[in-house]
Amino acid sequence: MNVTTDLDARFRAAAVAGGLVDVRYDVVASPVGDLHVAATGRGLCRISYREDDWEEQLARGFGVRVLRSPLDDVRRELDEYFEGRRRSFDLPLDLRVAEFPAAVLHELAQVPYGHTDTYGKLAARAGRPRAARAVGTIMNRNPIPIVLPCHRIVGASGALTGYAGGLEVKRRLLELEGASFKA
Amino acid sequence: MGTMATPRVPPFERFYLMHRDDVLGYLRRLLGARAEDAWQETFLRALRAYGRLEHGRHLRAWVFTIATNVALDELRVTKRTVPQADVEPVVELRRDAFRELEHLTGGLPPTERAAVVLRYGYDLPYAQIADALGSSEEAARAAASSGVRRLRRTHERDH
Repeated sequence: MNVTTDLDARFRAAAVAGGLVDVRYDVVASPVGDLHVAATGRGLCRISYREDDWEEQLARGFGVRVLRSPLDDVRRELDEYFEGRRRSFDLPLDLRVAEFPAAVLHELAQVPYGHTDTYGKLAARAGRPRAARAVGTIMNRNPIPIVLPCHRIVGASGALTGYAGGLEVKRRLLELEGASFKA
Repeated sequence: MGTMATPRVPPFERFYLMHRDDVLGYLRRLLGARAEDAWQETFLRALRAYGRLEHGRHLRAWVFTIATNVALDELRVTKRTVPQADVEPVVELRRDAFRELEHLTGGLPPTERAAVVLRYGYDLPYAQIADALGSSEEAARAAASSGVRRLRRTHERDH
């Protein structure tokens, strides 16, 4: 006896409306591949390029009541971004990180669309000028890439260095924004 | 660690995908056309309690127990109301048997109660009851007979 799409959708909507879900997620197609996006009642909490272990990660971070359900606002803003119609995001965020990473991600959020900055400068603005390497790690573990634009952070020489979604994705995001960078 | 480790509670989405179809099939057998509301209520109740589960054991038996309770509630409510036109006859016929059992079995532990009601109220074979309870056929048989013994003791004490 298979549950129909309609019945399934009604259950998911009732679960969310009843406030019974710790974290919900959706999969948004994009020019850089499927994006796994997740939100709690407080806001967007994860964007991931990878799906391995996805629900388990959400359960560990936010609670076991993980449910797939449409995240229309997130989908809409991402679509607009990839169509070149949106330069910054208005989504509320639920960031659960330690103090220094929070300071770094806060500074990261200020790097404007179409511009790049370096790990060292970001470290300095977050109050620890010698922590470029730590900032690299924080970028690598950025829970909300794209919306928190770690793709705009490059090495001191201007080289792209690393990206959790792969260097090709970083290159495409910077090209989309019309940023200049060392190929 | 290894096989001795207590299974963790899986993310709800996985639990839900694993059991949603079987629970709907089970409720259809008990409730006919009214199964869909009961199905949704079952998973909403499961979700409400899910964050308090301490381990991932017996989740199938757990959700079927919830489904059984929801079905019993549903039958309890509707027996006081006008029969609905969309109720399938098979359920209608069995409801009389259920009525007698329903107030008798109220004091039993949930698994025994479910086994007794499904066996004697619905005439389900033990294979299906085992399926519903997530146990072996042997365990389903044992739960039903232990429930009946308990009912008999209660009856003797009260009369």
